[in-house]
Amino acid sequence: MNQRALIRAAAGLATGVSIAAFASTASAADIGACLVTKTDTNPFFVKMKEGATAKAEEIGVNLKSYAGKIDGDHESQVAAIETCIADGAKGILITASDTKAIVDSVKKARDAGILVIALDTPLDPVDAADATFATDNLEAGRLIGAWAAATLGDKAADARIAFLDLTPSQPTVDVLRDQGFMMGFGIDVKNADVIGDEDDPRIVGHDVTNGNEEGGRTAMENLLQKDPGINVVHTINEPAAAGAYEALKAVGMESNVLIVSVDGGCPGVKNVQDGVIGATSQQYPLMMAALGIEAIKTFAETGEKPKPTEGKDFFDTGVSLVTDKPAEGVPSISVQEGLDKCWG
Amino acid sequence: MSESRAPQAQDYETVLAGSATNVAAFDTGRATALDRVQHALHSNPAGVPLIVLIASVIGFGVILGSKFFSPFALTLILQQVAIVGIVGAAQTLVVLTAGIDLSVGAIMVFSSVIMGQFTFRYGLPPSVAVLCGFAVGGACGFVNGWLVSRVKLPPFIVTLGMWQIVLAANFLYSANETIRSQDIEAQAPILQLFGTSFRVGGAVFTLGAITMVVLVLVLNYVLNHTAWGRHVYAVGDDPDAAELSGVQVHRTLISVYVLAGLICALAGWVLIGRLGSVSPTAGQFTNIESITAVVIGGISLFGGRGSVLGMLFGALIVGVFSLGLRLVGTDPQWTYLLIGVLIISAVAIDQWIRKVSA
Repeated sequence: MNQRALIRAAAGLATGVSIAAFASTASAADIGACLVTKTDTNPFFVKMKEGATAKAEEIGVNLKSYAGKIDGDHESQVAAIETCIADGAKGILITASDTKAIVDSVKKARDAGILVIALDTPLDPVDAADATFATDNLEAGRLIGAWAAATLGDKAADARIAFLDLTPSQPTVDVLRDQGFMMGFGIDVKNADVIGDEDDPRIVGHDVTNGNEEGGRTAMENLLQKDPGINVVHTINEPAAAGAYEALKAVGMESNVLIVSVDGGCPGVKNVQDGVIGATSQQYPLMMAALGIEAIKTFAETGEKPKPTEGKDFFDTGVSLVTDKPAEGVPSISVQEGLDKCWG
Repeated sequence: MSESRAPQAQDYETVLAGSATNVAAFDTGRATALDRVQHALHSNPAGVPLIVLIASVIGFGVILGSKFFSPFALTLILQQVAIVGIVGAAQTLVVLTAGIDLSVGAIMVFSSVIMGQFTFRYGLPPSVAVLCGFAVGGACGFVNGWLVSRVKLPPFIVTLGMWQIVLAANFLYSANETIRSQDIEAQAPILQLFGTSFRVGGAVFTLGAITMVVLVLVLNYVLNHTAWGRHVYAVGDDPDAAELSGVQVHRTLISVYVLAGLICALAGWVLIGRLGSVSPTAGQFTNIESITAVVIGGISLFGGRGSVLGMLFGALIVGVFSLGLRLVGTDPQWTYLLIGVLIISAVAIDQWIRKVSA
């Protein structure tokens, strides 16, 4: 009885697996491309995948997508690159989880004649990839920092600022946004490559959120415990900001604290509309992915590689500050415009 | 070779003259202080984590003063561990049967997503959606329990698979969309029920934190004072002996996994209260965190030994260290490092207590 049940279960499983395998080998086109993202769980990467898939269908590129299991899953990305090389792809678009460690695998791919474009996250060193299509995260941070300082006006001189960062390992995007915010706000960042070496007394502290609501709430609670007088909160992304807002609401402080964030996802922009977040820097993952697919097609047909934006070591896909309370001297777009362009 | 037939002792028997002649008896020597401690801990499995918890609260209280040792901060820890504590209760049940459940966090998140999406996507009344969430949690638990008890697959493998299946189903079904706190507040406030908080002096209690404490106390009673509870221990200690004694081993195992699934669904509801929103990306590490609480709480991974109260203390210890070390201002990695040390120490102490004599 037990054995029969086991066999039945195994047979069912095997059928499911083989159906899935057949389904994935359905279509074929001449130009192969791979998209390797950090996770399939973050709406940012989901949107990136959507953008890439739509563009690939439109211009006739055969796209295969891969992702790590969680943010920081380096092994899955290495395996994905190896698969793409074996598959004879013409180009790889990758958002690297480990920007240093992935370099060796990327080199193998480039040696095999594949165009490698880093999306969203520059590799370390940045020229390890043929090109980088990314948001200027330093500018994204600078915009919200400048907006916060301008909105506070004279009170910026004795602000109490909390920083809700990403992870303890200080990935590049975390450092750029965090330090960009400080530059925009008028804080001496000392070494701009490191979070936490600043000695400005307005900084209450830094805590990590893993970029989600849960982490945002806990980190905000921890920092409030350190200093209940916090009135400015820099957050790595909008889910962390939403979590921070819940923590502030729980102690009745939500109305006197300014939260700023980066991303421009639809729930985040709606939170700007509702006054949960003061302002957010919006980035454009759909455009990144679509441009990447076009670049692979161009490369496959003409051998021409994409060029970086003038004055930068990457191709800047743009960033805009979204707020309905524009501050003088800080360019911004309205919430309505932000909602039209939002993702996820 | 002599031919002597006299009943003389053989060569090899001569040493007998020097051996002890008294009858075997129990050791009557006085127990040392250490032995008595070992005995006390053996009969009170929640003792070690309780001592560590009190010591760490006092330790951080001395270092940090009123910033840490205040009703507000201490109840904040209670709020922060509410989710892990509730999931830990589910984990405790499974571990007591000598199993392990890696799918608890995934079931929790999936249940919370069901509660949210059924309300917002299909327009069901929120209370019905909550019931659907519980049904899904219970069903996941039932599949786990059935595979473990009837198909005889190892719990580690079953729940490893279930973890991936449920998590993938969660992301596929939710399309990774977060439901915003403001929308829930406007349309389905019952989903945020467990976020309700009230103050007693400086202390702040959320319904979620209270639910965790009540759940643990109820389970503690059920496990120690009902037939079903004793059967859970018996099955974990020795399933064959339990079966021979008339315990319905299959039924007990399945009921444990179903109850664990239901408790995970409850945790999913509490999670919505804590986050305000319904986030499919929450709870990625809850399975590991719940196992950590269980292990630090002195519950034996070999089954049949330990107390659900210990799990609560274990969860609180992790909470105390997390908040305490953040207030001290150390790199967050130190928290993980110390938790690692705690885990290994807890199991080492468990092994020592198991060797208790008589």
